[in-house]
Amino acid sequence: MVCESWKAKLDIYLDGELSEHEMRTFDAHVRSCPSCSADALARTQMKRAIHLAGKRFIPTADFRRRLQQSVAPKRRRSFQFGWVFAAVAAVILVVGISTVNYLRIQSARNQVFSEIADLHVATLASASPVDVVSTDRHTVKPWFQGRIPFAFNLPELQNSEFTLEGGRMAYLEQTPGAQLIYDVRKHHISVFIFPDASTRTRLTENSVSPKQLPFNMQTWSQRGLRYFVIGDAGASDIDSLAKLFKAD
Amino acid sequence: MVGVNLQSASFEELAMPLFDQLYNFAHWLTQNREESEDLVQETYAKALRGFSSFQLGTNFRAWMYRILRNTFLTSRTGLRATSTVPLDSDEDGAELAIEADTPETILMSRSNSQQLQNAIENLPLHYREILLLCEVEEMSYQEIAETLSIPIGTVMSRLSRARKTLRDELRPQFEQRMN
Repeated sequence: MVCESWKAKLDIYLDGELSEHEMRTFDAHVRSCPSCSADALARTQMKRAIHLAGKRFIPTADFRRRLQQSVAPKRRRSFQFGWVFAAVAAVILVVGISTVNYLRIQSARNQVFSEIADLHVATLASASPVDVVSTDRHTVKPWFQGRIPFAFNLPELQNSEFTLEGGRMAYLEQTPGAQLIYDVRKHHISVFIFPDASTRTRLTENSVSPKQLPFNMQTWSQRGLRYFVIGDAGASDIDSLAKLFKAD
Repeated sequence: MVGVNLQSASFEELAMPLFDQLYNFAHWLTQNREESEDLVQETYAKALRGFSSFQLGTNFRAWMYRILRNTFLTSRTGLRATSTVPLDSDEDGAELAIEADTPETILMSRSNSQQLQNAIENLPLHYREILLLCEVEEMSYQEIAETLSIPIGTVMSRLSRARKTLRDELRPQFEQRMN
């Protein structure tokens, strides 16, 4: 038989399972041997025919879907856990941001109150606590005209315990405003009035003053103006004066 | 096939691309659509359960085929198939001599797909499966050895016998044509 030893390995050669060296040797032989070349061609065609004929059965779409579902639950569970984790992370993030935001606002608010307290203390310590000395609101109020970019009303103090001592310019974050000094039973109370825009980002409509301040304080927003009433008088006096301004 | 990094791939990602070919192979084994669906379903269920024990660096495709084949062999159809077809006693022996039947194989390769499919279907189970793994799935001898849990020498001899048996199966059809 021609080329018997070669043909015994022909299938292995065509399956690509010979060593690299043997493959090269076999290649050279097949190219030079018509018999082995023809046989190799026939077997290659046979391999190809089996390959094509063997790919015969195709699963139905329904079975594919059923199998996919039987395999997928693990992933779906992990997705669910993923959603839970994502939700928890989102909640933590939101709470974290809210907390940071709250603390930041709280801190900024306290800073405003501290500045107001400082302004009040500085006024009391000053040799000339007021720029306009008058008990007459009709004198004090016009004094501010042209000095501050807004107008305000001063309450009538008749039948009250409060006395207007005068007024002066005050600045809160580079914004000019009015500071009015009132006395009640030898206690000095400052009323600060600023444009609301200067403190709106930090204070809510009716911010409550922090308890750590050594003064009683009330603050509120009214007709675009932010009012602060601060002093070492009792809380009821501060409240009474605040009500006079609010009622005006 | 290269080893599988289980940390970066889920079972579904690895196993679903094999679905079509595993189903095809299962159908060739069972020769029945419902049975092949059950076989594939059971194979995936077993593989999913055992996925954590799958060894890194080993062949995932061969692992899946091995599970499918073992599942089939323990099924009623598989037991019936193996009990009626005895394995060759000299599988590890020398390679069979190749017959110089070039013209015939050329004609066989040109025979229609249906005849070839019938011939494959009629092959004994252990020839049918190894032929399909080699020619259809294009597995290397090493992969086939892993799938069938047999030595590479046995892969070569059994494959050679399978091809010869197929040729023998087709020969009457060829002769009938020539007449």
